[in-house]
Amino acid sequence: MSAEALLSVEGLTVGFNTEEGPVRVVEDVSFSVVAGETLGLVGESGCGKSVTAQTIMRLLPSPPARIDGGRIRFEGEDLVVLPEPRMRKVRGDRIGMVFQEPMTSLNPTQRIGRQIAEVLALHRGMNYTQAKESVIDALRKVGIGNAERRLDQYPHELSGGLRQRVMIAMAIVCRPKLLIADEPTTALDVTIQAQIMELLKALQRELGLAILLITHDLGMVAEMCRSLAVMYAGRIVETGPAATVFARPRHPYTAGLLSSSPRQARRGERLPSIPGLVPPPGKRSTGCSFADRCGRVTDRCRRELPPLASFGAGAAACWNPVP
Amino acid sequence: MTALIEARSLAKHFPSRDGKAVVKAVSEVSLAVAEGETLGIVGESGCGKSTLARLLLRLIEPTSGDILFRGESLIDLDAAALRKRRRDIQIVFQDPYASLDPRMTIASIIAEPLDIHGIGSRAERRTKTLELLDLVGLDPAAAGRYPHEFSGGQRQRIGIARAIALEPRLVVLDEPVSALDVSIQSQILNLLADLKARLRLSYIFISHDLSVVEHVSDAVAVMYLGRIVEHGKTEDVLSNPLHPYTQALVSAVPEIDPAAKRQRIVLSGDPPNPEHIPPGCPFHPRCPQAFDTCRNLLPPLETVRGRQIACHLIHIGASALPRNP
Repeated sequence: MSAEALLSVEGLTVGFNTEEGPVRVVEDVSFSVVAGETLGLVGESGCGKSVTAQTIMRLLPSPPARIDGGRIRFEGEDLVVLPEPRMRKVRGDRIGMVFQEPMTSLNPTQRIGRQIAEVLALHRGMNYTQAKESVIDALRKVGIGNAERRLDQYPHELSGGLRQRVMIAMAIVCRPKLLIADEPTTALDVTIQAQIMELLKALQRELGLAILLITHDLGMVAEMCRSLAVMYAGRIVETGPAATVFARPRHPYTAGLLSSSPRQARRGERLPSIPGLVPPPGKRSTGCSFADRCGRVTDRCRRELPPLASFGAGAAACWNPVP
Repeated sequence: MTALIEARSLAKHFPSRDGKAVVKAVSEVSLAVAEGETLGIVGESGCGKSTLARLLLRLIEPTSGDILFRGESLIDLDAAALRKRRRDIQIVFQDPYASLDPRMTIASIIAEPLDIHGIGSRAERRTKTLELLDLVGLDPAAAGRYPHEFSGGQRQRIGIARAIALEPRLVVLDEPVSALDVSIQSQILNLLADLKARLRLSYIFISHDLSVVEHVSDAVAVMYLGRIVEHGKTEDVLSNPLHPYTQALVSAVPEIDPAAKRQRIVLSGDPPNPEHIPPGCPFHPRCPQAFDTCRNLLPPLETVRGRQIACHLIHIGASALPRNP
């Protein structure tokens, strides 16, 4: 991994204990986020992208979740083995996090000024009076007008877009170097989504923030990210600079995702689609998990797991990559 | 030629939660869908598109206006006649998890409309159900299974099979692929296209996703705060939008091709609240081109350049007409 990586995840493997025994949901996942840049972690439901994000923040209850292997290097420390009291100092201070559902991640009974101040109380030992100025400043940074008046509002008094801005204010109030944004605009209308994308880009420029963007939306990755990693069935199947991967996807899954979007097709034409379904965790083969849905499948694909191999600036895990 | 379905000045106003105000969910909506056509309806949350869907099926009663099916008013029909007419108009909902009864087998879910309308003998209904499963791409051998045993995409196929069981003429699709992953979304869009061709269906396709609507629709109506603001052929409305709201909506969609950089119009402010509709043009507080008239006077829908548009800019000279984004 390059020296300038702020976060580098190496061989991360996460399992869950279930009634039917242990099940792997993230396997041998490696990527790094460079300071001040945005990495998109892309994939469809169940691919393990959110579990990866929550593992970095150590938010998953253990049991049932369990880190079975790998390292999460962040500013010289391995978050996998960091004792919980020290992890608490990382969470919300050095790494901020924004979730999809601002309504369920905010406390409905507390005024938003107090909620944001709580982060400063925890990490900086500030009382409300001391924190107030930083809170107002954070609200202004995320584009909330009339910040002084908003302090005393409750989450339900705000629209979805404003709630997401409050979440972002909470995430950046301690000036973290890294922001993990898990589907930050999925619950929002398209014009509000555009506002939030512009806001994240502006914050990145202003604060030098690195962003790990977790999303299913390839359009959002194309707009926001310098590089991306595509996950499928718990593994990274392709990674590289966004421009390279979009221009010339090498993994058949990435190629299929790109071409099945109606944006790419002409009106009324049949959409290329990926047949079948993602195999559920625990039912994945020893070979490539995409083999059963892949138009380029070979015998080897069903037997042997393809490793990530370099192709120019990127890498793909495929025995028979798209030319 | 008579349209298959036509809405004339449809309105639905609800009392607000505190009972003090009126929520104008849908106002003065007129539209028509011809036989074999797909009309896309786009707009953000609160624009009234789902209320409109329910009005068109008369699942809720309009406050005013009329709905004509092949020239015959649905509003005048009594309960029995309406039930009969509903054979021709069916709906598919967004959430395949919430719209299927978890205690029924998928065969009984699909056969239910046939049972209710007393179509055929028991054996004939059984045969028809198995045919429907095959038609939507599900294994007829799975007929005895329950909804929870299926994925989201498969459940949406079940919902579609149920909707086409009575051989309707029109299917209203309310965000039919919004809950699905991209790779599954394209499977369902292809299925809908196949069924439309095979069964000569017409669709009203409601979605917040412009790229999906652009792909499937012959014509598009853009709604904002309960009203249609732009309406016309898909290639006119979405490729060359004239209303500032449509322009902003089109420009807000993230583009996959990183080379296709273009100017984004970022609207300020929140999505509008139908409990507090601004005076004048409902879009004026967020409109980058609003002027005095917009704040006071509601613009009527007028025909300009082959489409309908509700915007005062069309009257202040062609040079002031919004340009392409």
